[in-house]
Amino acid sequence: MIEPSLTPAWALPALVFVPMLGALVLWLLPRWQPLQRWLPAVLGLVLLPLMWPLGHAVAVDGAVTLALGGHRAPLGIEWYVDGLAVLLLGLNQTVAAAVGGYLWGAWPHAAQRHSPGFGVCWLLLWGALNALAMSADLFNIYVLLEIVSLGGVVLVVGRGAGAFAAAMRYLLFALTGSLIYLLGVALAYADAGTLSLRLLADAGLGAPAVTALTLGLMFKAALWPLHGWLPAAHAAAPTAASAVLSALVVKAAAYLLLRLWSDVFSGSWTPALLQALAVIGMTGVLFGSVQALRQVHLKRVIAYSTVAQLGYVLLLPALAGALAWQGVALHLLSHGLAKAAMFLAAGNVIIAIRDDRLDNLAGLDRVLSGNLFIFAAAGMSLAGMPPAAGFVAKWWLVRAAVDAGQWWWAIAVAASGLLAAGYVIRVLRAALASPDSFAEAPRHRARDLSPAMVAAPALLAAAAVALGLGAAWLGPLALAGSTWSLAP
Amino acid sequence: MTALYAVTAGLLFGAGLYGVLARPGLIQRLLALNVMASSIFLYLVVLAAGDGSAAADPVPQAMVLTGIVVAVSVTAFALGLVRWFRSETGAASLESDALRRDDD
Repeated sequence: MIEPSLTPAWALPALVFVPMLGALVLWLLPRWQPLQRWLPAVLGLVLLPLMWPLGHAVAVDGAVTLALGGHRAPLGIEWYVDGLAVLLLGLNQTVAAAVGGYLWGAWPHAAQRHSPGFGVCWLLLWGALNALAMSADLFNIYVLLEIVSLGGVVLVVGRGAGAFAAAMRYLLFALTGSLIYLLGVALAYADAGTLSLRLLADAGLGAPAVTALTLGLMFKAALWPLHGWLPAAHAAAPTAASAVLSALVVKAAAYLLLRLWSDVFSGSWTPALLQALAVIGMTGVLFGSVQALRQVHLKRVIAYSTVAQLGYVLLLPALAGALAWQGVALHLLSHGLAKAAMFLAAGNVIIAIRDDRLDNLAGLDRVLSGNLFIFAAAGMSLAGMPPAAGFVAKWWLVRAAVDAGQWWWAIAVAASGLLAAGYVIRVLRAALASPDSFAEAPRHRARDLSPAMVAAPALLAAAAVALGLGAAWLGPLALAGSTWSLAP
Repeated sequence: MTALYAVTAGLLFGAGLYGVLARPGLIQRLLALNVMASSIFLYLVVLAAGDGSAAADPVPQAMVLTGIVVAVSVTAFALGLVRWFRSETGAASLESDALRRDDD
Protein backbone atom coordinates (compact mmCIF):
# COMPACT_ATOMS: atom_id res chain seq x y z
CA MET A 1 0.00 0.00 0.00
CA ILE A 2 1.34 3.36 -0.98
CA GLU A 3 0.65 6.60 0.80
CA PRO A 4 -0.81 9.20 -1.53
CA SER A 5 1.70 11.70 -2.80
CA LEU A 6 0.73 15.34 -3.01
CA THR A 7 -1.38 15.23 -6.19
CA PRO A 8 -3.87 12.45 -5.33
CA ALA A 9 -4.18 13.69 -1.76
CA TRP A 10 -6.01 16.80 -2.90
CA ALA A 11 -7.23 15.64 -6.32
CA LEU A 12 -9.31 12.74 -4.94
CA PRO A 13 -11.41 14.78 -2.48
CA ALA A 14 -11.78 17.49 -5.13
CA LEU A 15 -13.41 14.98 -7.49
CA VAL A 16 -16.18 14.40 -4.95
CA PHE A 17 -16.55 17.67 -3.11
CA VAL A 18 -16.28 20.13 -6.01
CA PRO A 19 -19.41 18.79 -7.79
CA MET A 20 -21.28 18.40 -4.49
CA LEU A 21 -20.47 21.96 -3.37
CA GLY A 22 -21.45 23.07 -6.87
CA ALA A 23 -24.82 21.39 -6.35
CA LEU A 24 -25.26 23.30 -3.10
CA VAL A 25 -24.44 26.62 -4.81
CA LEU A 26 -26.90 25.92 -7.63
CA TRP A 27 -29.56 25.03 -5.10
CA LEU A 28 -28.99 28.22 -3.09
CA LEU A 29 -29.07 30.50 -6.15
CA PRO A 30 -31.78 29.08 -8.44
CA ARG A 31 -32.54 32.43 -10.07
CA TRP A 32 -29.01 33.38 -11.06
CA GLN A 33 -29.30 32.37 -14.69
CA PRO A 34 -25.65 32.68 -15.84
CA LEU A 35 -24.53 30.56 -12.90
CA GLN A 36 -27.10 27.87 -13.69
CA ARG A 37 -25.86 27.79 -17.26
CA TRP A 38 -22.10 28.00 -16.72
CA LEU A 39 -21.37 26.07 -13.53
CA PRO A 40 -21.85 22.46 -14.80
CA ALA A 41 -19.69 23.19 -17.86
CA VAL A 42 -16.96 25.03 -15.93
CA LEU A 43 -16.73 22.33 -13.24
CA GLY A 44 -16.45 19.70 -15.98
CA LEU A 45 -13.56 21.53 -17.61
CA VAL A 46 -11.86 22.10 -14.23
CA LEU A 47 -12.01 18.47 -13.06
CA LEU A 48 -11.13 16.77 -16.36
CA PRO A 49 -7.45 17.90 -16.34
CA LEU A 50 -7.05 16.44 -12.81
CA MET A 51 -7.23 12.99 -14.37
CA TRP A 52 -3.85 13.37 -16.05
CA PRO A 53 -1.65 13.71 -12.91
CA LEU A 54 -3.84 11.16 -11.12
CA GLY A 55 -3.51 8.61 -13.93
CA HIS A 56 0.22 9.26 -14.05
CA ALA A 57 0.60 8.79 -10.29
CA VAL A 58 -1.30 5.46 -10.33
CA ALA A 59 0.52 4.20 -13.44
CA VAL A 60 3.92 4.95 -11.91
CA ASP A 61 3.43 4.29 -8.20
CA GLY A 62 0.57 1.79 -8.18
CA ALA A 63 -2.75 2.04 -6.36
CA VAL A 64 -3.39 4.91 -4.00
CA THR A 65 -5.13 4.47 -0.66
CA LEU A 66 -6.51 7.53 1.06
CA ALA A 67 -7.80 7.24 4.62
CA LEU A 68 -10.37 10.00 5.00
CA GLY A 69 -9.68 12.23 7.95
CA GLY A 70 -6.63 10.12 8.76
CA HIS A 71 -8.81 7.27 10.08
CA ARG A 72 -7.74 3.90 8.73
CA ALA A 73 -9.99 0.86 8.28
CA PRO A 74 -11.60 -0.84 10.14
CA LEU A 75 -12.60 2.30 12.04
CA GLY A 76 -12.44 4.81 9.20
CA ILE A 77 -13.54 4.81 5.58
CA GLU A 78 -10.84 4.39 2.96
CA TRP A 79 -10.72 5.34 -0.70
CA TYR A 80 -8.83 3.00 -2.95
CA VAL A 81 -7.80 4.12 -6.42
CA ASP A 82 -6.23 1.54 -8.70
CA GLY A 83 -5.91 1.56 -12.49
CA LEU A 84 -9.51 0.47 -13.06
CA ALA A 85 -10.79 3.20 -10.74
CA VAL A 86 -8.71 5.77 -12.65
CA LEU A 87 -10.26 4.61 -15.93
CA LEU A 88 -13.77 4.90 -14.49
CA LEU A 89 -12.98 8.32 -13.01
CA GLY A 90 -11.62 9.37 -16.39
CA LEU A 91 -14.85 8.23 -18.05
CA ASN A 92 -16.92 10.10 -15.43
CA GLN A 93 -14.97 13.33 -15.91
CA THR A 94 -14.99 13.11 -19.72
CA VAL A 95 -18.73 12.49 -19.97
CA ALA A 96 -19.40 15.11 -17.29
CA ALA A 97 -17.42 17.72 -19.22
CA ALA A 98 -19.23 16.83 -22.45
CA VAL A 99 -22.65 16.89 -20.78
CA GLY A 100 -21.79 20.19 -19.08
CA GLY A 101 -20.89 21.61 -22.49
CA TYR A 102 -24.08 20.19 -23.97
CA LEU A 103 -26.25 21.75 -21.25
CA TRP A 104 -24.41 25.05 -21.75
CA GLY A 105 -25.06 24.88 -25.49
CA ALA A 106 -28.73 23.99 -25.06
CA TRP A 107 -29.39 26.88 -22.67
CA PRO A 108 -30.36 29.57 -25.26
CA HIS A 109 -33.20 27.33 -26.50
CA ALA A 110 -35.91 27.71 -23.87
CA ALA A 111 -37.43 24.28 -24.57
CA GLN A 112 -34.13 22.49 -23.89
CA ARG A 113 -33.02 24.64 -20.95
CA HIS A 114 -32.40 22.59 -17.81
CA SER A 115 -34.21 23.48 -14.60
CA PRO A 116 -32.31 24.39 -11.42
CA GLY A 117 -33.40 21.03 -9.97
CA PHE A 118 -31.87 19.19 -12.90
CA GLY A 119 -28.55 20.98 -12.44
CA VAL A 120 -28.49 20.31 -8.69
CA CYS A 121 -29.28 16.62 -9.09
CA TRP A 122 -26.78 16.19 -11.91
CA LEU A 123 -23.93 17.67 -9.85
CA LEU A 124 -24.87 15.60 -6.77
CA LEU A 125 -25.04 12.49 -8.92
CA TRP A 126 -21.68 13.26 -10.49
CA GLY A 127 -19.95 13.72 -7.12
CA ALA A 128 -21.47 10.49 -5.82
CA LEU A 129 -20.39 8.59 -8.96
CA ASN A 130 -16.80 9.76 -8.44
CA ALA A 131 -16.95 8.67 -4.80
CA LEU A 132 -18.35 5.26 -5.83
CA ALA A 133 -15.35 4.72 -8.08
CA MET A 134 -13.03 5.19 -5.10
CA SER A 135 -14.89 3.96 -2.02
CA ALA A 136 -13.53 0.83 -0.35
CA ASP A 137 -16.20 0.48 2.33
CA LEU A 138 -19.37 -1.60 1.82
CA PHE A 139 -21.66 0.64 3.84
CA ASN A 140 -20.27 3.85 2.38
CA ILE A 141 -21.02 2.34 -1.05
CA TYR A 142 -24.64 1.75 0.06
CA VAL A 143 -25.11 5.42 0.99
CA LEU A 144 -23.52 6.55 -2.29
CA LEU A 145 -25.71 4.16 -4.28
CA GLU A 146 -28.79 5.76 -2.70
CA ILE A 147 -27.60 9.26 -3.64
CA VAL A 148 -26.99 8.06 -7.20
CA SER A 149 -30.45 6.46 -7.38
CA LEU A 150 -32.31 9.52 -6.13
CA GLY A 151 -30.35 11.86 -8.40
CA GLY A 152 -30.89 9.56 -11.35
CA VAL A 153 -34.64 9.32 -10.74
CA VAL A 154 -34.99 13.11 -10.70
CA LEU A 155 -33.08 13.38 -13.99
CA VAL A 156 -35.56 11.01 -15.68
CA VAL A 157 -38.59 13.10 -14.73
CA GLY A 158 -39.20 15.33 -17.71
CA ARG A 159 -42.36 16.06 -19.55
CA GLY A 160 -45.28 13.70 -19.92
CA ALA A 161 -46.84 10.89 -17.95
CA GLY A 162 -44.63 8.31 -19.67
CA ALA A 163 -41.50 9.83 -18.17
CA PHE A 164 -43.14 9.98 -14.75
CA ALA A 165 -44.16 6.34 -14.85
CA ALA A 166 -40.66 5.38 -16.01
CA ALA A 167 -39.12 7.38 -13.16
CA MET A 168 -41.44 5.75 -10.58
CA ARG A 169 -40.60 2.27 -11.85
CA TYR A 170 -36.88 3.15 -11.80
CA LEU A 171 -37.23 4.39 -8.21
CA LEU A 172 -38.93 1.19 -7.02
CA PHE A 173 -36.38 -1.06 -8.73
CA ALA A 174 -33.46 1.04 -7.48
CA LEU A 175 -34.68 1.06 -3.87
CA THR A 176 -35.37 -2.68 -3.93
CA GLY A 177 -31.84 -3.23 -5.25
CA SER A 178 -30.39 -0.96 -2.56
CA LEU A 179 -32.11 -2.84 0.24
CA ILE A 180 -31.04 -6.24 -1.09
CA TYR A 181 -27.52 -4.83 -1.23
CA LEU A 182 -27.89 -3.50 2.33
CA LEU A 183 -28.97 -6.98 3.46
CA GLY A 184 -25.77 -8.24 1.84
CA VAL A 185 -23.78 -5.64 3.79
CA ALA A 186 -25.33 -6.84 7.06
CA LEU A 187 -24.66 -10.50 6.20
CA ALA A 188 -21.09 -9.66 5.20
CA TYR A 189 -20.53 -7.92 8.51
CA ALA A 190 -21.95 -10.96 10.31
CA ASP A 191 -19.46 -13.16 8.42
CA ALA A 192 -16.35 -11.04 8.61
CA GLY A 193 -16.83 -8.34 11.25
CA THR A 194 -15.59 -5.59 8.94
CA LEU A 195 -16.88 -3.40 6.14
CA SER A 196 -13.56 -2.51 4.53
CA LEU A 197 -13.11 -4.16 1.14
CA ARG A 198 -9.41 -4.55 1.89
CA LEU A 199 -10.04 -6.50 5.10
CA LEU A 200 -13.05 -8.41 3.73
CA ALA A 201 -10.87 -9.90 1.00
CA ASP A 202 -8.85 -11.74 3.63
CA ALA A 203 -11.83 -12.81 5.72
CA GLY A 204 -13.96 -14.60 3.11
CA LEU A 205 -17.74 -14.37 2.85
CA GLY A 206 -20.54 -16.92 2.99
CA ALA A 207 -22.84 -17.66 0.08
CA PRO A 208 -25.83 -15.60 1.41
CA ALA A 209 -23.76 -12.40 1.64
CA VAL A 210 -22.23 -12.92 -1.81
CA THR A 211 -25.67 -13.62 -3.31
CA ALA A 212 -27.35 -10.58 -1.75
CA LEU A 213 -24.55 -8.17 -2.67
CA THR A 214 -24.43 -9.48 -6.24
CA LEU A 215 -28.20 -9.44 -6.68
CA GLY A 216 -28.52 -5.91 -5.30
CA LEU A 217 -25.86 -4.59 -7.67
CA MET A 218 -27.42 -6.49 -10.60
CA PHE A 219 -30.64 -4.55 -9.96
CA LYS A 220 -28.64 -1.32 -10.09
CA ALA A 221 -26.66 -2.29 -13.17
CA ALA A 222 -29.85 -3.44 -14.97
CA LEU A 223 -28.24 -6.77 -15.82
CA TRP A 224 -30.58 -9.27 -17.43
CA PRO A 225 -33.02 -10.49 -16.05
CA LEU A 226 -33.28 -7.46 -13.74
CA HIS A 227 -33.17 -4.89 -16.54
CA GLY A 228 -36.94 -4.21 -16.69
CA TRP A 229 -36.74 -0.61 -15.54
CA LEU A 230 -33.94 0.57 -17.82
CA PRO A 231 -35.31 0.89 -21.37
CA ALA A 232 -38.31 3.02 -20.43
CA ALA A 233 -36.35 5.23 -18.03
CA HIS A 234 -33.39 5.85 -20.33
CA ALA A 235 -35.61 6.38 -23.37
CA ALA A 236 -38.02 8.79 -21.63
CA ALA A 237 -35.34 10.91 -19.93
CA PRO A 238 -34.20 14.27 -21.34
CA THR A 239 -31.23 14.03 -23.72
CA ALA A 240 -28.42 14.90 -21.31
CA ALA A 241 -29.93 12.68 -18.61
CA SER A 242 -30.12 9.66 -20.96
CA ALA A 243 -26.44 10.08 -21.75
CA VAL A 244 -25.45 10.27 -18.08
CA LEU A 245 -27.69 7.40 -16.95
CA SER A 246 -26.65 5.00 -19.69
CA ALA A 247 -22.96 5.90 -19.79
CA LEU A 248 -22.20 6.39 -16.10
CA VAL A 249 -24.92 5.40 -13.62
CA VAL A 250 -25.40 1.75 -14.58
CA LYS A 251 -21.67 1.56 -15.25
CA ALA A 252 -20.88 2.44 -11.63
CA ALA A 253 -22.86 -0.59 -10.39
CA ALA A 254 -21.24 -2.84 -12.99
CA TYR A 255 -17.85 -1.56 -11.84
CA LEU A 256 -18.69 -2.40 -8.23
CA LEU A 257 -19.60 -5.93 -9.30
CA LEU A 258 -16.15 -6.21 -10.90
CA ARG A 259 -14.51 -4.83 -7.80
CA LEU A 260 -16.27 -7.30 -5.51
CA TRP A 261 -15.92 -10.37 -7.72
CA SER A 262 -12.28 -9.81 -8.56
CA ASP A 263 -11.19 -9.33 -4.99
CA VAL A 264 -13.60 -9.68 -2.09
CA PHE A 265 -15.47 -12.74 -3.40
CA SER A 266 -12.41 -14.44 -4.85
CA GLY A 267 -12.48 -17.10 -2.15
CA SER A 268 -16.20 -17.88 -2.56
CA TRP A 269 -16.49 -19.15 -6.09
CA THR A 270 -16.61 -22.49 -7.84
CA PRO A 271 -16.05 -23.01 -11.59
CA ALA A 272 -19.72 -23.89 -12.06
CA LEU A 273 -20.80 -20.63 -10.38
CA LEU A 274 -18.46 -18.60 -12.57
CA GLN A 275 -19.82 -20.25 -15.73
CA ALA A 276 -23.38 -19.60 -14.50
CA LEU A 277 -22.57 -15.89 -14.05
CA ALA A 278 -21.08 -15.77 -17.54
CA VAL A 279 -24.20 -17.47 -18.95
CA ILE A 280 -26.40 -14.83 -17.28
CA GLY A 281 -24.18 -12.07 -18.67
CA MET A 282 -24.07 -13.37 -22.22
CA THR A 283 -27.81 -14.16 -22.20
CA GLY A 284 -28.26 -10.50 -21.35
CA VAL A 285 -26.00 -9.51 -24.24
CA LEU A 286 -28.04 -11.66 -26.63
CA PHE A 287 -31.42 -10.60 -25.23
CA GLY A 288 -30.60 -6.88 -25.21
CA SER A 289 -29.23 -7.00 -28.75
CA VAL A 290 -32.28 -8.84 -30.12
CA GLN A 291 -34.59 -6.40 -28.34
CA ALA A 292 -32.60 -3.48 -29.77
CA LEU A 293 -33.13 -4.96 -33.23
CA ARG A 294 -36.90 -5.01 -32.67
CA GLN A 295 -37.49 -1.47 -31.34
CA VAL A 296 -39.25 1.16 -33.43
CA HIS A 297 -38.07 4.20 -31.44
CA LEU A 298 -34.52 5.49 -31.79
CA LYS A 299 -33.84 6.05 -28.08
CA ARG A 300 -35.21 2.63 -27.15
CA VAL A 301 -32.76 1.01 -29.57
CA ILE A 302 -29.91 2.74 -27.72
CA ALA A 303 -31.38 1.91 -24.29
CA TYR A 304 -31.65 -1.82 -25.09
CA SER A 305 -28.13 -1.67 -26.41
CA THR A 306 -27.07 -0.61 -22.91
CA VAL A 307 -28.77 -3.70 -21.43
CA ALA A 308 -26.79 -5.76 -23.93
CA GLN A 309 -23.40 -4.13 -23.49
CA LEU A 310 -23.40 -4.38 -19.69
CA GLY A 311 -23.61 -8.16 -19.87
CA TYR A 312 -19.93 -8.48 -20.78
CA VAL A 313 -19.02 -7.56 -17.20
CA LEU A 314 -20.21 -10.93 -15.91
CA LEU A 315 -17.87 -12.69 -18.32
CA LEU A 316 -14.80 -11.54 -16.41
CA PRO A 317 -14.84 -13.89 -13.40
CA ALA A 318 -15.12 -16.92 -15.71
CA LEU A 319 -12.22 -15.87 -17.93
CA ALA A 320 -10.07 -14.79 -14.98
CA GLY A 321 -6.87 -13.24 -16.18
CA ALA A 322 -5.00 -10.07 -16.98
CA LEU A 323 -6.16 -9.94 -20.59
CA ALA A 324 -9.84 -10.40 -19.69
CA TRP A 325 -9.46 -7.75 -17.00
CA GLN A 326 -8.02 -5.29 -19.52
CA GLY A 327 -10.69 -6.19 -22.06
CA VAL A 328 -13.57 -5.57 -19.66
CA ALA A 329 -11.98 -2.35 -18.38
CA LEU A 330 -11.56 -0.99 -21.89
CA HIS A 331 -15.07 -2.16 -22.76
CA LEU A 332 -16.57 -0.21 -19.85
CA LEU A 333 -14.65 2.88 -20.96
CA SER A 334 -15.40 2.65 -24.68
CA HIS A 335 -19.06 1.79 -24.11
CA GLY A 336 -19.49 4.78 -21.80
CA LEU A 337 -18.01 7.21 -24.31
CA ALA A 338 -19.84 5.72 -27.30
CA LYS A 339 -23.18 5.46 -25.50
CA ALA A 340 -23.07 9.06 -24.26
CA ALA A 341 -22.25 10.19 -27.81
CA MET A 342 -25.12 8.13 -29.26
CA PHE A 343 -27.70 9.44 -26.79
CA LEU A 344 -26.64 13.07 -27.27
CA ALA A 345 -26.70 12.71 -31.08
CA ALA A 346 -30.07 10.93 -30.95
CA GLY A 347 -31.39 13.65 -28.66
CA ASN A 348 -30.29 16.26 -31.21
CA VAL A 349 -32.14 14.39 -33.94
CA ILE A 350 -35.31 14.30 -31.83
CA ILE A 351 -35.01 18.01 -30.97
CA ALA A 352 -34.59 18.89 -34.64
CA ILE A 353 -37.27 16.70 -36.22
CA ARG A 354 -39.53 16.20 -33.16
CA ASP A 355 -39.87 12.51 -33.87
CA ASP A 356 -37.93 9.42 -32.95
CA ARG A 357 -39.72 6.66 -34.85
CA LEU A 358 -37.22 4.92 -37.09
CA ASP A 359 -39.79 4.90 -39.92
CA ASN A 360 -39.78 8.69 -39.98
CA LEU A 361 -36.03 9.17 -40.17
CA ALA A 362 -35.71 8.65 -43.95
CA GLY A 363 -33.61 11.41 -45.46
CA LEU A 364 -31.93 12.29 -42.19
CA ASP A 365 -28.53 12.06 -43.89
CA ARG A 366 -29.38 15.20 -45.84
CA VAL A 367 -30.70 17.38 -43.02
CA LEU A 368 -28.62 16.24 -40.02
CA SER A 369 -25.61 14.56 -41.55
CA GLY A 370 -23.28 15.57 -38.69
CA ASN A 371 -25.36 13.99 -35.97
CA LEU A 372 -25.94 10.89 -38.06
CA PHE A 373 -22.20 10.56 -38.61
CA ILE A 374 -21.55 10.87 -34.87
CA PHE A 375 -24.14 8.15 -34.20
CA ALA A 376 -22.53 5.90 -36.80
CA ALA A 377 -18.98 6.45 -35.52
CA ALA A 378 -19.98 5.69 -31.93
CA GLY A 379 -22.02 2.71 -33.13
CA MET A 380 -19.04 1.28 -34.94
CA SER A 381 -17.09 1.36 -31.68
CA LEU A 382 -19.94 -0.53 -29.98
CA ALA A 383 -19.97 -3.09 -32.75
CA GLY A 384 -16.22 -3.60 -32.38
CA MET A 385 -14.87 -2.32 -35.67
CA PRO A 386 -11.18 -1.39 -35.81
CA PRO A 387 -9.58 0.93 -34.89
CA ALA A 388 -12.18 1.90 -32.29
CA ALA A 389 -11.68 1.11 -28.61
CA GLY A 390 -14.64 -1.29 -28.78
CA PHE A 391 -12.66 -3.41 -31.24
CA VAL A 392 -9.60 -3.66 -28.99
CA ALA A 393 -11.80 -4.52 -25.98
CA LYS A 394 -13.59 -7.32 -27.86
CA TRP A 395 -10.29 -8.56 -29.33
CA TRP A 396 -8.79 -8.87 -25.86
CA LEU A 397 -11.91 -10.65 -24.58
CA VAL A 398 -11.86 -13.11 -27.48
CA ARG A 399 -8.17 -13.81 -26.92
CA ALA A 400 -8.72 -14.19 -23.18
CA ALA A 401 -11.51 -16.72 -23.85
CA VAL A 402 -9.30 -18.72 -26.20
CA ASP A 403 -6.38 -18.59 -23.76
CA ALA A 404 -8.63 -19.85 -20.97
CA GLY A 405 -9.74 -22.74 -23.18
CA GLN A 406 -13.34 -21.48 -23.15
CA TRP A 407 -13.74 -21.06 -26.89
CA TRP A 408 -17.54 -20.84 -26.62
CA TRP A 409 -17.23 -17.40 -25.04
CA ALA A 410 -14.97 -16.27 -27.88
CA ILE A 411 -17.72 -17.18 -30.34
CA ALA A 412 -20.34 -15.46 -28.18
CA VAL A 413 -18.32 -12.23 -27.99
CA ALA A 414 -17.72 -12.19 -31.73
CA ALA A 415 -21.40 -12.94 -32.48
CA SER A 416 -22.63 -10.24 -30.14
CA GLY A 417 -20.42 -7.75 -32.00
CA LEU A 418 -22.27 -8.69 -35.17
CA LEU A 419 -25.63 -8.16 -33.44
CA ALA A 420 -24.48 -4.71 -32.28
CA ALA A 421 -23.49 -3.88 -35.86
CA GLY A 422 -26.97 -5.07 -36.83
CA TYR A 423 -28.91 -2.65 -34.67
CA VAL A 424 -26.63 0.28 -35.50
CA ILE A 425 -26.89 -0.39 -39.23
CA ARG A 426 -30.66 -0.79 -38.92
CA VAL A 427 -30.87 2.81 -37.68
CA LEU A 428 -28.57 3.99 -40.48
CA ARG A 429 -30.65 2.14 -43.06
CA ALA A 430 -33.79 3.87 -41.81
CA ALA A 431 -32.03 7.24 -41.99
CA LEU A 432 -30.68 6.66 -45.51
CA ALA A 433 -33.90 5.17 -46.87
CA SER A 434 -35.85 6.67 -49.72
CA PRO A 435 -38.22 8.29 -50.30
CA ASP A 436 -36.78 11.23 -48.46
CA SER A 437 -39.48 12.24 -46.00
CA PHE A 438 -37.92 15.68 -45.60
CA ALA A 439 -38.02 16.57 -49.32
CA GLU A 440 -41.54 17.97 -49.56
CA ALA A 441 -42.51 19.46 -46.23
CA PRO A 442 -39.37 20.53 -44.38
CA ARG A 443 -40.23 19.52 -40.82
CA HIS A 444 -36.77 19.69 -39.34
CA ARG A 445 -35.50 22.65 -37.37
CA ALA A 446 -31.76 22.24 -37.19
CA ARG A 447 -31.52 25.84 -35.99
CA ASP A 448 -32.70 24.56 -32.60
CA LEU A 449 -29.27 22.97 -32.25
CA SER A 450 -26.31 25.09 -31.20
CA PRO A 451 -22.73 24.19 -32.20
CA ALA A 452 -21.89 23.06 -28.65
CA MET A 453 -24.78 20.56 -28.72
CA VAL A 454 -23.18 18.86 -31.72
CA ALA A 455 -19.57 19.31 -30.61
CA ALA A 456 -20.16 17.50 -27.29
CA PRO A 457 -21.21 14.14 -28.82
CA ALA A 458 -18.68 14.60 -31.64
CA LEU A 459 -15.81 14.81 -29.14
CA LEU A 460 -17.14 11.80 -27.21
CA ALA A 461 -17.43 9.70 -30.37
CA ALA A 462 -13.95 10.80 -31.47
CA ALA A 463 -12.61 9.77 -28.05
CA ALA A 464 -14.33 6.36 -28.30
CA VAL A 465 -12.63 5.74 -31.64
CA ALA A 466 -9.25 7.27 -30.72
CA LEU A 467 -8.92 5.31 -27.48
CA GLY A 468 -8.46 2.21 -29.59
CA LEU A 469 -5.19 3.70 -30.76
CA GLY A 470 -4.18 4.42 -27.16
CA ALA A 471 -5.02 0.90 -26.00
CA ALA A 472 -1.35 -0.03 -25.67
CA TRP A 473 -1.13 2.63 -22.98
CA LEU A 474 -4.54 1.99 -21.35
CA GLY A 475 -4.02 -1.76 -20.99
CA PRO A 476 -1.15 -1.52 -18.49
CA LEU A 477 -2.95 1.31 -16.66
CA ALA A 478 -5.99 -0.95 -16.16
CA LEU A 479 -3.75 -3.47 -14.43
CA ALA A 480 -1.95 -0.94 -12.21
CA GLY A 481 -2.48 -1.91 -8.61
CA SER A 482 -4.98 -4.60 -9.59
CA THR A 483 -5.59 -7.18 -6.92
CA TRP A 484 -6.78 -9.63 -9.55
CA SER A 485 -5.16 -13.01 -9.15
CA LEU A 486 -3.46 -13.39 -12.50
CA ALA A 487 -3.47 -17.18 -12.53
CA PRO A 488 -6.87 -18.48 -13.66
CA MET B 1 -33.51 -15.66 21.89
CA THR B 2 -31.46 -13.77 19.29
CA ALA B 3 -32.21 -16.55 16.80
CA LEU B 4 -35.90 -15.70 17.12
CA TYR B 5 -35.21 -12.06 16.25
CA ALA B 6 -33.02 -13.06 13.31
CA VAL B 7 -35.73 -15.37 11.95
CA THR B 8 -38.30 -12.59 12.40
CA ALA B 9 -36.03 -10.25 10.44
CA GLY B 10 -35.80 -12.81 7.64
CA LEU B 11 -39.58 -13.27 7.50
CA LEU B 12 -40.15 -9.50 7.47
CA PHE B 13 -37.62 -9.07 4.66
CA GLY B 14 -39.41 -11.73 2.61
CA ALA B 15 -42.79 -10.14 3.29
CA GLY B 16 -41.47 -6.72 2.28
CA LEU B 17 -39.90 -8.06 -0.91
CA TYR B 18 -43.18 -9.78 -1.79
CA GLY B 19 -45.03 -6.52 -1.18
CA VAL B 20 -42.76 -4.50 -3.46
CA LEU B 21 -43.05 -7.02 -6.27
CA ALA B 22 -46.70 -8.01 -5.94
CA ARG B 23 -48.72 -5.05 -4.66
CA PRO B 24 -50.01 -2.56 -7.21
CA GLY B 25 -50.32 0.67 -5.21
CA LEU B 26 -47.30 2.96 -5.04
CA ILE B 27 -47.86 3.81 -1.37
CA GLN B 28 -48.19 0.10 -0.53
CA ARG B 29 -44.95 -0.59 -2.33
CA LEU B 30 -43.18 2.20 -0.44
CA LEU B 31 -44.45 0.77 2.84
CA ALA B 32 -43.19 -2.64 1.77
CA LEU B 33 -39.75 -1.12 1.11
CA ASN B 34 -39.83 0.34 4.61
CA VAL B 35 -40.66 -3.09 6.04
CA MET B 36 -37.63 -4.47 4.18
CA ALA B 37 -35.41 -1.71 5.58
CA SER B 38 -36.70 -2.24 9.12
CA SER B 39 -36.05 -5.96 8.91
CA ILE B 40 -32.41 -5.28 8.00
CA PHE B 41 -32.14 -2.85 10.92
CA LEU B 42 -33.56 -5.52 13.23
CA TYR B 43 -30.97 -8.00 11.97
CA LEU B 44 -28.19 -5.45 12.49
CA VAL B 45 -29.31 -4.86 16.07
CA VAL B 46 -29.22 -8.63 16.62
CA LEU B 47 -25.68 -8.62 15.23
CA ALA B 48 -24.69 -5.81 17.55
CA ALA B 49 -26.02 -7.66 20.59
CA GLY B 50 -23.97 -10.77 19.84
CA ASP B 51 -24.55 -13.46 22.47
CA GLY B 52 -25.15 -10.83 25.13
CA SER B 53 -22.05 -11.66 27.14
CA ALA B 54 -19.89 -8.77 25.93
CA ALA B 55 -20.66 -5.10 25.34
CA ALA B 56 -22.69 -4.43 22.19
CA ASP B 57 -20.75 -3.92 18.95
CA PRO B 58 -21.18 -0.23 18.01
CA VAL B 59 -20.56 -0.65 14.25
CA PRO B 60 -23.92 -2.28 13.36
CA GLN B 61 -25.65 0.24 15.61
CA ALA B 62 -24.00 3.06 13.68
CA MET B 63 -25.18 1.40 10.46
CA VAL B 64 -28.74 1.27 11.82
CA LEU B 65 -28.66 4.97 12.72
CA THR B 66 -27.28 5.97 9.31
CA GLY B 67 -29.68 3.55 7.64
CA ILE B 68 -32.66 5.12 9.40
CA VAL B 69 -31.58 8.56 8.23
CA VAL B 70 -31.23 7.29 4.66
CA ALA B 71 -34.57 5.45 4.86
CA VAL B 72 -36.42 8.51 6.17
CA SER B 73 -34.93 10.76 3.46
CA VAL B 74 -35.61 8.26 0.71
CA THR B 75 -39.18 7.69 1.91
CA ALA B 76 -39.84 11.44 2.03
CA PHE B 77 -38.41 11.81 -1.46
CA ALA B 78 -40.44 8.90 -2.80
CA LEU B 79 -43.67 10.16 -1.19
CA GLY B 80 -43.06 13.57 -2.76
CA LEU B 81 -42.55 11.90 -6.12
CA VAL B 82 -45.75 9.85 -5.69
CA ARG B 83 -47.74 13.00 -4.96
CA TRP B 84 -46.25 14.73 -7.99
CA PHE B 85 -46.88 11.63 -10.09
CA ARG B 86 -50.51 11.59 -8.99
CA SER B 87 -51.09 15.28 -9.68
CA GLU B 88 -49.52 14.93 -13.15
CA THR B 89 -51.14 11.68 -14.22
CA GLY B 90 -54.06 11.06 -11.87
CA ALA B 91 -52.68 7.57 -11.20
CA ALA B 92 -51.70 5.99 -7.88
CA SER B 93 -50.17 2.83 -9.33
CA LEU B 94 -48.04 1.95 -12.31
CA GLU B 95 -50.75 -0.41 -13.59
CA SER B 96 -53.37 2.36 -13.58
CA ASP B 97 -55.61 2.90 -16.60
CA ALA B 98 -54.79 6.61 -16.40
CA LEU B 99 -51.31 5.80 -17.76
CA ARG B 100 -52.42 3.65 -20.65
CA ARG B 101 -53.49 6.57 -22.83
CA ASP B 102 -50.04 8.14 -22.80
CA ASP B 103 -48.09 4.99 -23.47
CA ASP B 104 -48.17 5.22 -27.25
